[in-house]
Amino acid sequence: MPTTAPTGLAAYSEVTASEASLKRFLHGLPGVDQVGAEARAAGLGTRSIKTSAKAWALDLAIRMVDLTTLEGQDTPGKVRALAGKALHPDPSDPTCPSVAAVCVYGDLVGEVKEIVGSQVNVAAVATAFPSGRASMDIKLADTRDAVANGADEIDMVIDRGAFLAGRYLQVFEEIVATREACVRPDGSHAHLKVIFETGELQTYDNVRRASWLAMLAGTDFIKTSTGKVQPAATLPVTLVMLEAVRDFREATGVQIGVKPAGGIRTAKDAIKYLVMVNEIAGDDWLDPDWFRFGASTLLNDLLMQRTKMTTGRYSGPDYFTLD
Amino acid sequence: MARVDVRKTYKLYIGGAFPRSESGHSYEVTDSKGKFVANASLASRKDVRDAVVAARKAFGGWSARTAYNRSQILYRIAEVMEDRRPQFEEAVRQSEGASAAAARGQVDEAIDRLVWYSGWADKLGQVIGNANPVAGPFFNHTAPEPSGVIGVLAPQTSSLLGLVSTVAPVIVTGNVAVVVSSYARPLPAVTFSEVLATSDVPGGVVNILTGDAATLGPWLASHMDVNGIDLGGVAGLPRAGELAAELEIGAADNLKRVRRAPDAEPDWSTDPGLSPMTAFVEHKTVWHPIGV
Repeated sequence: MPTTAPTGLAAYSEVTASEASLKRFLHGLPGVDQVGAEARAAGLGTRSIKTSAKAWALDLAIRMVDLTTLEGQDTPGKVRALAGKALHPDPSDPTCPSVAAVCVYGDLVGEVKEIVGSQVNVAAVATAFPSGRASMDIKLADTRDAVANGADEIDMVIDRGAFLAGRYLQVFEEIVATREACVRPDGSHAHLKVIFETGELQTYDNVRRASWLAMLAGTDFIKTSTGKVQPAATLPVTLVMLEAVRDFREATGVQIGVKPAGGIRTAKDAIKYLVMVNEIAGDDWLDPDWFRFGASTLLNDLLMQRTKMTTGRYSGPDYFTLD
Repeated sequence: MARVDVRKTYKLYIGGAFPRSESGHSYEVTDSKGKFVANASLASRKDVRDAVVAARKAFGGWSARTAYNRSQILYRIAEVMEDRRPQFEEAVRQSEGASAAAARGQVDEAIDRLVWYSGWADKLGQVIGNANPVAGPFFNHTAPEPSGVIGVLAPQTSSLLGLVSTVAPVIVTGNVAVVVSSYARPLPAVTFSEVLATSDVPGGVVNILTGDAATLGPWLASHMDVNGIDLGGVAGLPRAGELAAELEIGAADNLKRVRRAPDAEPDWSTDPGLSPMTAFVEHKTVWHPIGV
């Protein structure tokens, strides 16, 4: 009987079969040219996006925002206010689009869901966010709880300790198990985003390895940071991740989304990211389903720039909500 | 061998730093006889925007300082100006075409004006504030508070005394300023910004842009995060009347306080009175129960 070589994701089943083969594969990935990546990211950041292209980019960036609040002091009232803002970021302008999702801790998902219904997604952070330091049972229970509360998306953190110690299979299995925990009783599943906390991974090589590891484990999105560690998202780190999703799609046909989070505060920064998405991954990724910004203060700056485009005068923070 | 001239290109002063114009443009500054002196950065609307952001950031800290401390800092500016007197005299002489003696007189008056305003920091509230008599068991106090970010179009002719006489009254009450200097005579303003950077004035409290008031004015006047604008620099520009009207209309959108453009540039050597300070303060009235 003739056998055909497996294609797509199935071709990698041997890679993830054992600790040794996974390690061999991840360490066999080409190294990242650090200086080159930084120079390329800086070069793309100098593109000038003006007038109608800028208006388009601002609206797209607003639609890509995961409006986030992840603080110990979050109250039900505060997340409800944020949910309202997610639906109508600029109440004075009905043409302003809604954001992609609201990102909160798992126990507050219900509060957000009540306001946004199905118009805006609700993302919940899980698996002992932000440190990821808990036993597996607790992490999975955390995830199931958030899914049961109605979360559409789950943002999990990887165990950076295990990753840096080289226990890749452990990280792989955690992602696979969390993905299973995302399955709802009706068979559908909450979208899974895997947070690497790139500020703790030390090198771009590690970012590339973590990206491939998470993609092989079946994540829907890869995300840079929790926002709790500096540096958070940077252009070069996001560039490395965009290269990874591009190469992964070429190799397997599976498209994975990217979400930089933390430290993106201005519309100008956001547009630099969009330029990079277009140039590195391609315009297939220029869509809220495939690229997101994890941010809170960014939205107000996007709205101010948008108002500047429509009214022709500079706006000020007095005219937007503080959150 | 003759020494090669060191040709200077001065920069803007925004948020306590000296950046180039975001536009990358500069323009030639000539002395009163048309001879090249130096290059100055030509500020664009993006620089106005950046300066307003820097000023807004500085406002909380500056307005929260005690009046006494603001007074000390204004006095300190005067002290540092005194140290750099020759440079100011030279700049005024070159740009205004004044004699050495007249330039010296201008610098004297500018320094004296700063000292005079520094004294007002903790006295203005006593003069224009009040304990109001009310028919009830309450203390009722009215006190002036700073308006916020103030745009200042500095006078076109009087490059140092006029500049100091419009900036000092704005910041002494706790406001922060975004200043557009005289277009043709920017060098005293540039030297003044170097003084500010070394005299305990927190970054962002005064931001100085060298450029064209007719181009930058509309962006400053319509900016929704600017709380007041001094149109003094419009006097003497071409189409001054129309420009002033346009700027006042732009300023009306967020109800900015406007200090209107005079018909002609005033004589800056006369006693300024309180109006330059009272133009940019808000009166807050507080009711407080007696005996509780």
